[in-house]
Amino acid sequence: MQEKQNNQIDTYWQANIRLVLGLLSIWFLVSFGCGILFVDFLDQFQFFGFNLGFWFAQQGSIYVFVILIFVYIHRIKKLEQIFDKDESTEE
Amino acid sequence: MTVKLLTYFFVGISFAVYIGIAIWSRASSTSEFYVAGKGVHPIANGMATAADWMSAASFISMAGLIAFLGRDGSVYLMGWTGGYVLLALLLAPYLRKFGQFTVPDFIGSRYYSSAARIVAVICLIIVSFTYIAGQMRGVGIVFSRFLEVDINSGVLIGMVIVFIYAVLGGMKGITYTQVAQYCVLIFAYLVPAIFISIMMTGNPVPQFGFGDQLLESPVYLLEKLDGLMVQLGFDAYTSGSKSTIDVFCITAALMLGTAGLPHVIVRFFTVPSVSDARKSAGYALIFIAILYTTAPAVASFARLNLLETTHNVSYVEAPAWFKNWENIGLIAWMDKNNDGKIQYAKGNALQPTKPLYTDQRGINGERTLSNLAHPNNANEVYIDRDIMVLATPEIAKLPAWIIALVAAGALAAALSTAAGLLLVISTAVSHDLIKQTLARQISEKKELLYARISVLVAVIIAGLFGIYPPAFVAQVVAFAFGLAAATLFPAILMGIFSKTMNREGAVTGMLAGLSFTLIYIIYFKFIHPELNFAEHWLWGISPEGIGFIGMIVNLVTSSLVSLMTPRPPEYIGVMIDNIRRP
Repeated sequence: MQEKQNNQIDTYWQANIRLVLGLLSIWFLVSFGCGILFVDFLDQFQFFGFNLGFWFAQQGSIYVFVILIFVYIHRIKKLEQIFDKDESTEE
Repeated sequence: MTVKLLTYFFVGISFAVYIGIAIWSRASSTSEFYVAGKGVHPIANGMATAADWMSAASFISMAGLIAFLGRDGSVYLMGWTGGYVLLALLLAPYLRKFGQFTVPDFIGSRYYSSAARIVAVICLIIVSFTYIAGQMRGVGIVFSRFLEVDINSGVLIGMVIVFIYAVLGGMKGITYTQVAQYCVLIFAYLVPAIFISIMMTGNPVPQFGFGDQLLESPVYLLEKLDGLMVQLGFDAYTSGSKSTIDVFCITAALMLGTAGLPHVIVRFFTVPSVSDARKSAGYALIFIAILYTTAPAVASFARLNLLETTHNVSYVEAPAWFKNWENIGLIAWMDKNNDGKIQYAKGNALQPTKPLYTDQRGINGERTLSNLAHPNNANEVYIDRDIMVLATPEIAKLPAWIIALVAAGALAAALSTAAGLLLVISTAVSHDLIKQTLARQISEKKELLYARISVLVAVIIAGLFGIYPPAFVAQVVAFAFGLAAATLFPAILMGIFSKTMNREGAVTGMLAGLSFTLIYIIYFKFIHPELNFAEHWLWGISPEGIGFIGMIVNLVTSSLVSLMTPRPPEYIGVMIDNIRRP
């Protein structure tokens, strides 16, 4: 019983880590990627009145940051619900 | 009404509100004093975090910095927002689950050691005091420009106000005043930005406005700005001049530092549950993003306006704001070519860079300077970057009430951050040093008394920083982030995500990160400032970005040491499992 519960915690934790790593790679891509490393490359494209790289560095990355946190809130809540259900069916 | 009267009016009303809230929400227990009784709604906590976070530096200086740095200014935009993703995903929920009062509480318990707790307290105090010094300068600038009192009395007034509501209300009082302060500061920031955006581009949303075409001629605003700057010998506004590795490291240091700043982390201890901690990080970032996405728009509006209203204009006909700020000592003009006109170009106009005024006036009525003219460029103007946000409403000729509103907003930004910092400093002293280390058996009432006394002492020290500013204040604020990134952030992160990280590893890691970063900064900023150029830096990384390397030094040291020393005791593993459980 105890062991099974521990397994579930492990499963939950691994799913959480996968989720976090996935979101953090997007976080890295928009800020350090589009806003810094590839900024000059992206600047050759025009996005409304902005150069695309400049827009990512001063606007786009911030919008994506906000979205990432709310995606995480939503996804982790689902994970927690699955975990809670498993735990309660055992009792 | 004059600007001065209106400013007194707005500032007076906002101060009355802050004190009223403090009296209404007095703290009566240590839990209320330290973490507002853990009963703050996530949206309210999001606003309070945003006000806590957005300091005088964000409100007053950031848009000005970006206006002068162009694309290189993006490091502040991404660096000071990206950290919230790390907070929400990696730190805040687990620290809330742990459920104590302070950051050193977590480090002390997780690493089963009062040595670790004390090292964390030392890091916290260094980080927080470097940060607070900048707030007091902000208060001083606003008071001296808009209320025409001298800087010292301005700092004193600020100290008294912060003291009243921090001592009375503790975290509870601070939280609800910060909610009010957020509303004041965001309103004060957005109103002029929207006005200017409409005036210049016809677009009421500044975030879109600076990518729009100008009303006066169908050219994109940024294109026009780039063109003008190149014409005057500057680099184009939308191009960068810092090296990629430096931009990368500065951004990383600011992000990781944000996630490790104790006065921000502690805000997530005040909400009722773990999921509320995540939510309030999300709300906080929304509230912050409203200002942070407006700032680059303000920056490009301000830069374009500045070039158009001053370059090649004769000093006698220069706009009033130019002379007002010259009188305060934040603008200076030296007529290098004796044509009576203001010429603006690339490079520092003066040697030394900061103006040294004499008591006399020149033939055009300008304040004369005892600086030498910098021989390598034709630039005649010195402009302190800190004035751009405060001067923008005047530059754009907005009505007097908006100028007064901006002054109240700037004070709200500086005071809310100062209060948050004072509280974490005093909590670290009364809770972590006195209650947990020196005198474990004191009663809650006594602890609360010590907490209030520590606020008093911290306010006085912070005030002294404002009245006798060490010459290095402005530079040092940015380093608070590097230090937080190299010390507290990795210790907390490993504490949650690694079960094998032990006491010895964490303590040596923090000390290694702290000393590496501190020595690098002190070497280039204070011992050999003349060597502070890319060719002398380690891998071309400036002192602003070295905190990122400091963090890696911390992680490597702590991992190696923890491999060579005994594993943490069994009950720590149980504690970590408990923190990770939803």
